[in-house]
Amino acid sequence: MRYALLIHYPQPPQIPLTNEQLKAGMAAFQAYAKAIDEAGVLESAEVLKTIDSATSVSVRNGKLQVQDGPFADTKEAFAGVFMIDVPDLDAAIAWAEKCPAAQWGTVEIRPSGVRYVDGAWANVS
Amino acid sequence: MTSDAAARAEALARAAYGRLLAILAATDGDIESAEDCLADGFAHALRTWPESGVPDNPEAWLLTVARNRRSDLQRSAAYRLSDSLDEAAGENVSSVMEEIDPDAIPDRRLALLFVCAHPAIDPAVRTPLMLQAVLGFDASQIARAFALPDAAMAQRLVRAKRRIRDARIPFVVPERGEMASRLTPVLEAIYGAYAIDFPLVAGTEPRDSLAAESQYLATVLAELLPDDPEVLGLAALISLSLARRAAHETSEEFVPLDEQDASRWDAALIAAGERYLHRASEMRRIGRFQLEAAIQSVHCARATSGVTDWGALRMLYAALLTIAPTLGARVAHAATVGRVDGAIAGLAALDAITDDAVQRFQPAWATRAHLLLEAGRVDDASTAYERAISLTTDPAMRAYLEGRR
Repeated sequence: MRYALLIHYPQPPQIPLTNEQLKAGMAAFQAYAKAIDEAGVLESAEVLKTIDSATSVSVRNGKLQVQDGPFADTKEAFAGVFMIDVPDLDAAIAWAEKCPAAQWGTVEIRPSGVRYVDGAWANVS
Repeated sequence: MTSDAAARAEALARAAYGRLLAILAATDGDIESAEDCLADGFAHALRTWPESGVPDNPEAWLLTVARNRRSDLQRSAAYRLSDSLDEAAGENVSSVMEEIDPDAIPDRRLALLFVCAHPAIDPAVRTPLMLQAVLGFDASQIARAFALPDAAMAQRLVRAKRRIRDARIPFVVPERGEMASRLTPVLEAIYGAYAIDFPLVAGTEPRDSLAAESQYLATVLAELLPDDPEVLGLAALISLSLARRAAHETSEEFVPLDEQDASRWDAALIAAGERYLHRASEMRRIGRFQLEAAIQSVHCARATSGVTDWGALRMLYAALLTIAPTLGARVAHAATVGRVDGAIAGLAALDAITDDAVQRFQPAWATRAHLLLEAGRVDDASTAYERAISLTTDPAMRAYLEGRR
């Protein structure tokens, strides 16, 4: 079963981070990604730049609307995603628990619904 | 001389930090301000000791400097510039020094430990608070040990200290009547430094980093409360567990306890643990930490006897279940039943665990898989191993389980 581990955390951080703290956070994410990859369950992982670089696009009545900023202006914003392939929700919870960002944010687990493979949308089971 | 003074200051910092902080903070409950003054005292020592030599009673010297600093702060609404510190502190030290009896500095660390584990303090911050207040660790060292961002840990510690000050949590040792209930969180917080539930992927670096500090705190507590069997039980538990750590610290591979090379265990630590456990057992008041220590003691006995007494383990786990029926203890009990009475009986004991959380509990699935394999139910075992592996995030443990599947 494919799951997205959607990472949300406060942006900007509640307390400005020093370089050393940033380095520690990156080291934690490195260890996490390595473990999840070596376990053979990782599909992909990306952590996004902060929301001040976000651009939101919509089309209303045929008119393009480009907005400077994130879709939802919330304290905790979407920050990254780990796509994993594990047997069930309990296994997904086990990995979400170990995600470094679970310490300072929230990891939302969402099962994949359909997936585009080889030119067509297919149900994910 | 400089390095000698620095080394002396450092050794002192470790031994005396908590003693001095406990005295300084007790006056008004302000740990933060006491920390600042004590830090000033240490900084002052590092500047002056290389020239003037280490004083005869360095602890009293530090206490005097810190106290002077404190009254300076209390007198002036604004903080005085640190430039004036040397002068201000230096003036008073020598005159007051003669009046202080080196042996008269009381040990108030017990009250400080009770403050750190006070019911009004968030349980998650009690262990970090002890490490900071009693051992003098800074927030980033503690953050590293708990694999948390520095800023998050610093914020939690500051919040807890302000709470202690603002709510005026008293720096006292609880009365006999409430001692039992107040002592448990102190024991748990000290044990918490040993068994940190690492948020990081298990198997990465910080795993064992605070085990020695935990043992130090347990030893201090055993000195301060020598007549409490659970205090001794905790000191025994941590010593005996720590004794086996060295054996698997060097290995990247996961080696189950009963396959570890017992000759590599630390005999001195085992002996120390046994002494604590013996003293505790003489008081004839059993408790959770004593039972857990006794379980470790049975495992450690293999170092001399060459065998593990599984029958004794099963009895101890059964006793533990009547006092502290945690999920971990119930699964461990089922594993010992499997050893003594056979795999079928072990599986029955596992099945008897009704807690829903057992479905997501990795040790339960690993135990079930081992027992199924032993019972010859190969297909079921393979399914259970798969389930156990899917719940395992520790790379070494994963490799071990995959090897057995």
